[in-house]
Parts: sequence; structure tokens; C-alpha cells
Amino acid sequence: MKRSAKRAAIQAAVLLAVGAAAWFLVSNTLSNLEARRIASGFSFLQREAGFAIGESPIPYSAADSYLKALVVGLANTFRVSAFGIVLATLIGFAVGLGRLSPNALLRGLCAAYVELFRNTPLLVQLFFWYALITETLPPAREALQPLPGVFLSNRGIFFPLPGSVPVLQGFNFSGGAHLSPEFAALLAGLSIYTASFIAEIVRAGVLSIRRGQREAAQALGLTPAMTTRHVVLPQALRVIVPPLTGTYLDLTKNSSLAVAIGYPDLVSIANTAINQTGQAIEGIAVIMAVYLTISLSISALMNWYNARVLRR
Amino acid sequence: MRWLREHFFSSWPSALTTLVLLFVLFEALPPFIDWAFVEAIWTGPDASAACRAARGEGACWAYIGEKHRFILFGTYPYDEHWRPALAMLVLLALWGLSALRRAWRWWLAVVWGCGLAAIGGLMWGGFAGLPYVENERWGGLMLTLLLTTFGIAAAFPLAIALALGRRSTLPVVRALCIGYIELIRGVPLISLLFMASVMLPLFLPEGLSIDKLLRAQIALILFAAAYLAEVVRGGLQAIPRHQYEAADALGLGYWSRTAFVILPQALRIAVPPLVNVLVGFFKNTSLVVIIGLYDLLTSVKVGLQEPAWSGFGVEAYLFAAATYFIFCAAMSLYSRRLELASPGSSWPPARAAGS
Amino acid sequence: MRAIVAVIVLLACGTAAAQSTAQAVRSKGYVQCGVNTGLAGFSQPDSKGVWRGIDVDVCRAVAAAVLGDASKVRYTPLTAQQRFTALQSGEVDILSRNTTWTLSRDTGLGINFVGTNYYDGQAFMARRKLNVTSAKQLDGATVCVQPGTTTELNLADYFRANGMSFRPVVIEKLEEVLNAYFAGRCDVYTTDQSGLVAVLASRAPNPEEHVILPEVISKEPLGPAVRHGDDQWFDIVKWSLFAMIEAEELGLTSKNVEKQGSSKNPSIQRFVGATGELGKMLGLDNRWALEIVKQVGNYGESFDANLKPLGFERGLNRLWTQGGLLYAPPLR
Repeated sequence: MKRSAKRAAIQAAVLLAVGAAAWFLVSNTLSNLEARRIASGFSFLQREAGFAIGESPIPYSAADSYLKALVVGLANTFRVSAFGIVLATLIGFAVGLGRLSPNALLRGLCAAYVELFRNTPLLVQLFFWYALITETLPPAREALQPLPGVFLSNRGIFFPLPGSVPVLQGFNFSGGAHLSPEFAALLAGLSIYTASFIAEIVRAGVLSIRRGQREAAQALGLTPAMTTRHVVLPQALRVIVPPLTGTYLDLTKNSSLAVAIGYPDLVSIANTAINQTGQAIEGIAVIMAVYLTISLSISALMNWYNARVLRR
Repeated sequence: MRWLREHFFSSWPSALTTLVLLFVLFEALPPFIDWAFVEAIWTGPDASAACRAARGEGACWAYIGEKHRFILFGTYPYDEHWRPALAMLVLLALWGLSALRRAWRWWLAVVWGCGLAAIGGLMWGGFAGLPYVENERWGGLMLTLLLTTFGIAAAFPLAIALALGRRSTLPVVRALCIGYIELIRGVPLISLLFMASVMLPLFLPEGLSIDKLLRAQIALILFAAAYLAEVVRGGLQAIPRHQYEAADALGLGYWSRTAFVILPQALRIAVPPLVNVLVGFFKNTSLVVIIGLYDLLTSVKVGLQEPAWSGFGVEAYLFAAATYFIFCAAMSLYSRRLELASPGSSWPPARAAGS
Repeated sequence: MRAIVAVIVLLACGTAAAQSTAQAVRSKGYVQCGVNTGLAGFSQPDSKGVWRGIDVDVCRAVAAAVLGDASKVRYTPLTAQQRFTALQSGEVDILSRNTTWTLSRDTGLGINFVGTNYYDGQAFMARRKLNVTSAKQLDGATVCVQPGTTTELNLADYFRANGMSFRPVVIEKLEEVLNAYFAGRCDVYTTDQSGLVAVLASRAPNPEEHVILPEVISKEPLGPAVRHGDDQWFDIVKWSLFAMIEAEELGLTSKNVEKQGSSKNPSIQRFVGATGELGKMLGLDNRWALEIVKQVGNYGESFDANLKPLGFERGLNRLWTQGGLLYAPPLR
């Protein structure tokens, strides 16, 4: 009994300490907000936002509420994350498998790719791509046209969609599809950076398959390519998928760096909302709640998948 | 000849790949080398005008030359630049010493304490004839190294506490530690930096204020502690049960056992992934540009804002990337060497720790 | 580790009594002034690194009034996104950064505007070769704007009201947004008219290639601000600004104010502190207004030194006696 009393006492002490610290912080915050007469509460979400957003996958105008503006930000985050995940996976698998190729030149180049992009901060890479697009591409009226209908300028990349072709009209191009410099830089930076991590995961996954598997496949008469496709990859995927999901999650969190180059993602728009309304706590709480939800859901999904796989 | 054939032309697809890659390299490399080295402007009297004239043909490395003091030391007073330079040497010596296996003893913590105190004394001054320099004026590469070093030094004890707490049998302690770790790992670093720079002043009583550098440092410490805690926990998990049993047989209590038997071994096992977290942390300090602190990336960026130097962002960021690369690649190489030297460790490939 | 220990120590001894800003300024010996990162005429460091501008002069006036020395000011350059947080958090004592006085800012952000030191309005700047003569021809344009400003909101309102659409390019740092505009990233740049004039005069590589469109689409009373909750500091900053305006009205300049102790005009006598206790009522020395005019100058001198060389006209910023909006309440 004495031991469990001691355990209870320790836990009570810890709870007391944490509770006291929390009370200290909360009461200070409340009194500071009161003294400075800063508004609080989430009612500002119904207020008219008043500012325009550069690009949005859903219709939005400055007359819409802050809540709608934040939803647009979230949609932009998902947009760049989804494309980024697809691109990063493609590049990552290619580079990862390339590092295992018997060709030494390919191996060397892929290794150089991984080392180069893993050891440089993502933010530096984002700034670099953004500078490359906005400084080296010409203004819209002198846009480069590598292919008919495709225009490269410092206002972005324009390419035709079936049915509409970009045409210079008045101030800008209209028609066709448009990638803003911010989106293009963010996509390029995120994909290329994350691909270097995915490449390492893929390589470790494939290497984890014992040689015996490969030799058995060879003995059965399968070519190296068929071996890879039918024997190695399915088993390697089991090793690859958990850390791969972690990397996808990191990509989604890293897309928050959009605030540094002006792409209107969730953090960017929440930041503007904080500046216009002064309600920093609510704004940051929204950002953290959204990302936490995304992270915890993906983790829960991963745990469920792992349990299912392990049961097999 | 046989070596060539085996590595580059071992099969039809391989040979084709080699030829295609060689072709691409021959097309892409010479113009790049031309731009980056041959036609580049390195120094000169009217550097910015020369750079402008060579726009598109030659890189403007003169920008780095012009701004190199600012990039290294920020707005630190010009005459006192020897102080941050000396502090940087002390810092690199500390890291170098910690890299040696022989130094992994308890007295390393004491050496670190003295080293950090020396660095603080050099940078702040205010005694023995050294003029006082407030930390608003620290910046550049110096600040990046300082943020990383003080950050890891402070996050380490916190991480150990969190890892031990997460493995504790007391449900309250375990729940608190898990809650903290999952919360911090689930949100992007930028939101923590915003929280620290905007909300921390509200958390403090009226009249007390902490400066921007300290706020950013706290956010980085809290972030690193969560990731380090997972690494330490992995190390703890790798300790076989018989170590615990042997310590119990010797009559050691929980704290003695942890401090003298478990932790030293766990930390040794955890060093390779720990270095990976360190690399990620070093890269993460670049995010303070978003809250307005003058670290290496910010100083490289700020110079571009002058009209004379606007438009040379590509060169500036290539230089910043190269600087970060040198430090990070060195650390990664060290970590890989460590991994190879201890084949008994069954640690899986380290996850991208927040990158 | 040291940082955490420092915080704990500070918490332990600093929680006692809250210091008022005036007391804090006196004990640390300087005024911390939040200014622009570099806007010609308002707050910009010159080639020797000395900060100059009419916003800078407001802070210098407060330093002269409180500490007796206009040079005892330290400057914190702030972007539009950082400025309110810096003031709210105590990082700066005064925000003198060409900030527009609006209701929502005065109430919801925890700050108090002390007055207006420049009456302005928002306008547009475009390239001449786009052949636009009016802002109403800007439908579909790409517009560069800084986030966290009234500019951003007024821009959206104006285009909505006139049934036009536009593409915003949102860049936080002033220098970067200017670089983007001059590089052709956007067609139009919008900010306060004073900002446009300053940029054309000091930053444009080819000023004749750009034109400021005639429409002024909003009221932008720019002025300094302080935190909520410190009425004495609020009064000090407010009356320092009014002292500069009143000095111009009374004809006092930095050259002649010292000799005015013997003036027969009772207003001047009160101003320089020869009679009355105006300084004491503010908690300052009686020579507070004299030191302001002597070390910084009156409003007109500050304007002529900083804005006139860039081509600014007084316009709305003349004294009320000359048809403008500058009107100081009586110093008595």
C-alpha cells in the first residue's frame, strides 16, 4: 500500500505543478487581454474579411467572411500538398531505385541528388526557386513560348487546357490554366526536397529484402526487372509505407512555409487575419488545431494499417 | 576496361542510360560552369554595375564579397568582430570535442557549461573592458550557430525527461509527456514560432517582457525537445531487459539505475539518429527569417533589398544553400560513419525528423 | 539552459509592480521607437545609418520632452505585419510608422492613436506604357500590395465598388514589393500617395516611366500610436506631437525658441515654460516643449527637412490658419 500511496502522491504533485503553471499563464493572458482591450472569442470569423486572395480553388470574394477565407487557405494547402505528394513520390521512387542501379553514373547522380537536397534547408530552396522564376523569366509581354500555347513569364506559367488557350489580353493572359510563381516555386521546392527523403526510404526498404529472395527469383528464371516488380517491391512496400506516410505528413506541414513566399495557404491567410483583427490567440489556435487534426488522423490511419498488416 | 564495362555498360538499358546521362551532362554542365565561374564577377571597384552588365551571362558573387561581414556577423559593431569570430571557434571546438567517442563521459556536460558561458561572455561583454553589445545586434551565421547550439543544449535535458516520462509507469506523467510530444510533433514549426513571438508576451505578467531572440529560442527548444525525446526513447527501448535486472540486483533505485546504467548506454546507441535530428534542427533555424530575426538566411536576403543589389537572388540563395550544405553534409557524414562503426545497433533508418 | 534560468529569475523578481512606460523609459535611458524598414521622408536610415523622417522626428520629440535629449532613441524597423505585435508586446514604446488611424485598430488591437502627423490618401502607380489615365481602367490588372495594411482592404473595396476584378500579389517587405513592381511582376502598385511620391523620388530606376493615377480612393490619416492602458504615456506622446504643431502656429523655430523666454505673448510664455505648470501636469520638466522645438524643430521645419526635398507639397498638412487640417488644441 505504501508504494501505491507514493505513486499517487507523485502524480498528484506533478498535476498540481502543471496545473499551477497553466493557471499562471492563463490568468496572465486574460488580464493582459483585458488591460489592452484586445477582443477575444471566435465571433470575428463571421465578420467580412475585406481582403482579396490571389488564387483560390473555390470561389471567393472580399465580401466573404474570415471563415471562408480560412477555408480557402486550407483548400490551397491541400492543393499544393496533393500535387506535391504525387510529384515527390514519382521523383522519390525514381531516384531511390536509381541509387540501386548497377549503372555507376546513374547511382552517382542519384546519390548526389539526395545529398544535395537533404542537406539544404527547405526554406532556402523555396527562396531559390521563387527567385529563379521571378528574376530570370521575362515580364508577361515578352513571355517565353517554348511550346505553342505554353507561356513562361515572371507572372507564372500558362498552358492550354482542352478547349481554351491562354492569350495576352489587356493586362494579363486569360484562358487556359495558370500556375502562379508562388505555387510553382512551392510545388517545385516541396517535391524536390521531399523526394530526396523518399528516395532514402525506398532504398532502405528495397535493401531490407534479403538477398535470398532475389536469388530465388533468379533461380526461377525471372529477369531483374520482373524480380523487382513482382518479388522485391511488394515486400519492400510493407517496410516503406509507414515512414513514407510520415514523410507525406511532413510535406503537408512544410507547405506552411508558403507564408514566406506569399502563397495564400492556411498559415498565410490566418496571419493576415491576425494582423487585421489583432486576435492572435484565436488565429494561432485555428492553425494548430487544423494541423493537429491532420497529423493525428494520418497517425491513427497508419496505426490501423500497421495493425492490419501485422495481423496477416 | 572491364571496370568500365561492368559499371557503365553492363546491359543494354544500362548502356543507353549512360549515354543519355552523359549527353545531358555535356549539354547542361558547361553553360552552368560558364555562368558560375568563368564569366562570373568576383570582385571589383564598381561591383554592382559590373554585375548588372553581366546579368544572365555571369554570376554576381561580388554580392557575397560586399556583404560578407554582414552575412557572418549581422549588425554586430564592426570593431568588435573578433568577439563573435572567437565565439564561433569556441563553439566549433565544443562540437568537435563532442564528436569524439572518447569524450562521451560525464565531464562533457561540464565542458559544455563552461564553453557556453564563455560564448555568452564574449558575445554580451560588459566586463573586463569589453563593451556591452545587446543581443538585438547579433546576427548572421553567428546567430544561426548560436540558436542551434543553445537550442540543442537546452532541449537535451528536457528531451531526456520527456523520454523517461513517456516510459514511466505513472499514468499521469505518461499522459502528459505523450500529450506534449504528439502536440508539438503534429504542428508545423512556423506555428510555434508565431505562437512564441506573438503570444508569449501575453502569457507573461504586465511589465515583464522577453526579447525576440529569447522567444524564438524558446520555440526552437520546445520543438527540438519533442523530436529528441523520441530518439532518446528509441535508445531506451534498445536496452535489453537484463541491464535493468542487473541494476536491480545491485540494489540501485530508479534514479541511480537510470543515471548510471541505462542512460549512458541509451544515449550512445541513439547518437546516429540524434545527429540526424541535429541536422534537421540546424536547417530549421532558417525559419526565424519569417519572424524577423537576422540569422544567416535573413542577412543574405536583406542585402538584396538594396536597389543596387536587387535581382541577384539566385546567387545569394545558392551561396546560402552552399553554406548550410557544408555544415549539414559534414554532420551527416559523421553520423553515417558512426552507424557503420557500431554494427550491433539495430536502429532502423531515421525518419525525417520534421526536416 | 541559461535562458530558462534567466527567465525564472526575471519572473521571480520582475513580477512586483508594473512599471509605467514613462518610468521604464527614464530608467533605461532611451525611447524605443518602432519605425518603417525604410520609407523615404517618413523613416529611413541615411547613408551614414542615421534615421531621418517625420515619423522619426516624433520619437525624437518625445525623447527630448522626457529625457531632455532628442538623440536618446533606438529604432526598431518593422514591417506592416510585425508592427502591431511589436507595440502590443512591449518591444517598442511608440509605433511611429505611417500607420493609418482606423476604428478597428484603435479598439480591437489594444493600441491608442495619439493623433495625426500626416493626412494622406491611397492612390495607384502604373507604368506609362500601359496607357491608363484613370484607376477605373484597371479591370483585370495585377496589383502589388503589402499584407496587413488598410491598403489591402481599400483596394478590395474599390474594385468591388466599381465592378472590376484584379489579381493581388501579396509581398510583405516593402523593398521586395517595390522590386517586384519594377521588375514587372505586377502592373500596378498601390499604397498611400505619400509613399508613391517617395518611391518615385528615391527608388524608381526610371521615374519618367511611371505615372501616379489621379484617383485618391481613401482617407489615410497617418499617426503615431501607443499601447492601451498607460494614460500618462499616451498624454505625453500626444502633446509632444501637438507641441510641434503649435510651435509652427506660434512662429517658434529651432533657431529662435531659446530666446523667447522674454516674449510678451502669454501663449509663448506658457509654451516655453516661463509661466504655468504645463510640464508638471504631464509629469515632465517645464522646458519640455522648448526642448522639443530646440532639438527637433517645429512641424514645418520637420516637413521641410524631410518631405519637401522629395517633392511633397504641404496640401492638407498645412496649419488650419492656412486652410489645412493641422490644428493643435490650446496648450494651457
